[in-house]
This record gives sequence, structure tokens and C-alpha cells, in this order.
Amino acid sequence: MEPILTKYVNDPNSNKLEGYLKNWGFSGLKKAINMKPEEIIEEVKASGLRGRGGAGFPTGLKWSFVPKDYLGPKYIVINADEGEPGTFKDKVIIEKEPFMLLEGIAIAALAIGAEDAFIYIRGEFVKGSKILEEAIKEAEKEGYLGKNYLGSGKNLFVRITRGAGAYICGEETGLIESLEGKRGHPRLRPPFPATKGFLGRPTVVNNVETLSCLPHILTNGAEWFSKIGRNQKNSGTKLFPISGDVKKPGVYEAPLGIPLRELIEKYAGGFDCRPKAIIPGGVSAPVLSENEFDIPMDFDSLLQAKSMLGSGAIIVLNEKRCLFKSALRIVSFFAEESCGQCSPCREGTRWLELILERIFEGKGRKEDLDLIKDICSGMIGTTICVLSDGCAMSLLSFVEKFEEEFLSHIGDKKCLAS
Amino acid sequence: MGRLENFDNWNKEAEILIKKYPDKKASLLPILHLSQKYWGHINDEVIKAISEKLKLSPSYVYGVASFYTMYHFERKGRIQIRVCTNLSCQMKGAEEILKKLEEKLGVKEGQTTDDGKFSIEKVECLGACDMAPVVMVNDDYIGPVDMEWVEKILES
Repeated sequence: MEPILTKYVNDPNSNKLEGYLKNWGFSGLKKAINMKPEEIIEEVKASGLRGRGGAGFPTGLKWSFVPKDYLGPKYIVINADEGEPGTFKDKVIIEKEPFMLLEGIAIAALAIGAEDAFIYIRGEFVKGSKILEEAIKEAEKEGYLGKNYLGSGKNLFVRITRGAGAYICGEETGLIESLEGKRGHPRLRPPFPATKGFLGRPTVVNNVETLSCLPHILTNGAEWFSKIGRNQKNSGTKLFPISGDVKKPGVYEAPLGIPLRELIEKYAGGFDCRPKAIIPGGVSAPVLSENEFDIPMDFDSLLQAKSMLGSGAIIVLNEKRCLFKSALRIVSFFAEESCGQCSPCREGTRWLELILERIFEGKGRKEDLDLIKDICSGMIGTTICVLSDGCAMSLLSFVEKFEEEFLSHIGDKKCLAS
Repeated sequence: MGRLENFDNWNKEAEILIKKYPDKKASLLPILHLSQKYWGHINDEVIKAISEKLKLSPSYVYGVASFYTMYHFERKGRIQIRVCTNLSCQMKGAEEILKKLEEKLGVKEGQTTDDGKFSIEKVECLGACDMAPVVMVNDDYIGPVDMEWVEKILES
């Protein structure tokens, strides 16, 4: 099918206002301006749109939790922190379709009644934040943002804050803390950001890709969107960043529900050597083994397979890869990025790393697998955010599905891959 | 104060950043970035300047700055090379790239060469896995890189 979000990314003018007006025309926002906030929320609910950042929470429902009678300022916060290893999709929108994102932000702001929006972009995306900065300036100048934009009688001011290299700030409450000028420690919920978010005020945090779907939903209607994809609850297209052992790594847009193997073969140029394992949604998502490679790539199918769609980031590992080493690398990442607030995560990720490193050095003990499983079980559901769960569930999936590689490293001090 | 070079310009730019946010403290990360742009790193004097500007204690400013890997407390090289070693890059030889850089420059990751020219740093996913193995040279993404690239950048 024809891509939606990425339809014009090869147009050199796609990130200029002139190009955007020609290609898309702000038609979604123009429609939204003449709708009541409840109508926008209902439209987005009916579209079936779910968050593209990782959790897959229904977007319209998230908005509906913002108290309507709140008199003070409410905020839209845009999660452009894109830090989940394997993920590089929001960057495409930021660099190639910044006005699509801004239009989406404006629609979300109308839905919840916000006049201020804050884009939290990962610190390394210097180029992207400059492009966004320019886009905001241009949009304000031409009356698509700012005071009384498009004659709507409403205001919208968008600012950018650059992060500074902390994965945990991609977690929405860690992000809010960081935006407030603090260490990025996730918050205990409730209260949820919808009632008490940025500066204690009602806040909606949405991912870049999620927001970029809005102009199209408003322009073409909820029904149109809900018919793309696998079903009403897994609707629309998704940007899939694909890397690892494939012939053409890159970001590909396909309908939700596309079988994983088909996605790799049709879009990413096919597998590079025979695949052994595939991570379907960033490194927090439990790994899939060969008998699962035809799984439909959507929220519910992956949940059913005890994994998750996450950010949609796919990493393919071929038969030559040592999956023990890959699992160790993933655990090291979580150990490095644990914010240190909760003991199970701070201690658990570090000890798992130490144990796996010891095994890797050929000093494995026969009780190690039980020890790993025991530590993991104490890391699931015991912490403020799900970084800990992500680490434990990812590692457990590797242990469960590729146990022989672990046993070989532990018992025979040998790598099955080499 | 006064010992910090270009303090007045910094002060003006910091003022603009503060006004962008509904709360003063929310400008802390942007001001830390700004300060690093001005003075290359965040030392005690810089922390003092920020804390006075934002009416926050120096220990608070240090506490926040030290949470984030992109703020550093020592001067870095003029050419800062960040090597992603996360999974997709590791699979494509990032560890060998890092090792080669360390050997050639005679410093370990996290360190700076004596002449102040190069710093190398091992980092987590940079969000550009289609370019694996990917590195950042100052603010620019480069990838995929190979051993030949390592030779070339060191001659630059």
C-alpha cells in the first residue's frame, strides 16, 4: 500500500512550509479548528489510534483523562526522545516532515485545550532540533502557530528542550521530570500526567509518530484510518525501523499487522543469511525465535506471543550471531541506563550484567541459569517504571528460547555460534 | 564572576531561555547545554554561575548535570568521537572500531588525547541503527564507518 506519513519524505521540500502546504495543506488542523474538543477526541478514539512510542495506549482515551473543568494551563508534551535501542523512526518525521508533527501537535492541543507545547528531543538530534526550530519559526510567521493561528481565536506556542543522554527520559514521567529541570527519575503513579503532569498541571505526553498520524485522521476520517491495518484495535500504518542482519536497513512504513517475515522480505531487502532470532519492538521487547517469524506485527498479536510491538524497532540476528553475547549487551544497556531509584532495578540489572560477564569469561557455574531466573523474577512488577521489567523479560526470553547457547557458555565454556 | 569568558553574552542568552518556560527551573537543561557550548565543559565556576542565575543551589545543579551523560565535567577534545556500541552497531563491528581508535590514539574511551585534539567515548544507542556501525563526530552522524574511516579521521 501507499505510505502515509512517509509519502513525501523523498521530496527535497518536504520539510519546508511551502512544500508541506503543497503536499498536505494543514487540512487536518483546518478541520479540527471547526470541531468541538470532544468531537476531536471521539474522532481519534474511533480511528483506533494507539501510541507509537512503546506502550500502545489508545490516544483518544489518554486525552479523555484530562479534566475538562480545569481552569489553569494544560500542556502537550511531545516525546521525541527516541532512545529505545534499534529505534530511528521519529528522526525521519522530525527531519523530513516537521510540519506534519506541528500540525499533529496543534490538533492534540485543540483536543485537550492546551496553548503550550513542549517538544523534548534527544540531545544528540542536533540537526533535527534545528530543523524543528526553523519550522516553528516559519509556522508562527505565516500564522499556522502562535497567537490566533489560522484565525482560530486560539493560541499555540511550541518550544523545544533538548535532552542530554538519558534513556530513562523517554519514559513519560521521567521525561516530565527532566523537562522540569530535574534528574529524570520516573514518578510513581497515580497521579497520572493527565491530571498532574508538567509543573503539576494536566499534561498529555504523546510520541512524535502518534501525533503525526493526527492530520491524516482528521483529513480522511476515523473510518478510513480504522480500516488500515489488521483490525479496529490495531489500525493505521506503522513506521518500522529495521536494522541488524537484513539487506537494506532503514525505516519502512507498512500497515499494522503485516507479517514480520513479509515486512523484512518486501521492504528491507530480505534477510542477510538465515535469521535465528528477531527482536520485534526495541531491545525491551522479548525476542522471537524461528517458529514466530510469521507473526502479524501489531500490538495485540505481539502481546499474545508474550512480546510487544514497542516502538516497532526490529533487529534481526542471523544464525552466525552469539545470542548469549547479544543478551549480555542488552542487559549491559539496562544496567547503564537504570536511574537508580528502585533497588530491584539498580541492583538487578547490575548483578545480571556481572553474572553474564563472568559466564562469558568462561567462569560459568551450573546454578547460574536458576540464579538468573530468580533475579529476573524479582525485577518484574516491583519498580516505579518498566525499565526493570524490560530488562528481565528480554533476558528471560533469550534464556527460554535459546537455552542451549547459555548452557554451552556455562557448561562447556564454549560459544555455539563460533 | 567575570572570570568566565563571554559571561555577559551567556547571561543574555540564558535570560532568553528562562523566558521561554513557565517555570525558571525548566530552563536548567537548556542552560546547561548553553554553558557547555560557551565553556566546553561544566566546571565549578560554571555551576556557580548557573546556580546564581536560576536561584538553585550549586549541589542541585551538579546533581542534575551529573545525571546526564552529555554534560561533562572535564574539558573534551576539539574532535569528540562518540562510538555507539549497542546491539545493532555491535553486530556490525562497533567494538573493533572503538578498539582501533583507542589503540591509534593511545587513550581509553572516556579520555582525551594529551594535545586536546581527540576525545573518544563509548555510548549507548544513538538512534541511527540503519547507519551501523555509527559514530558521532561532534554534532554529526557518520556511518557506516570502517577501519579506513578510522585512519582518515585521525589524519584530519
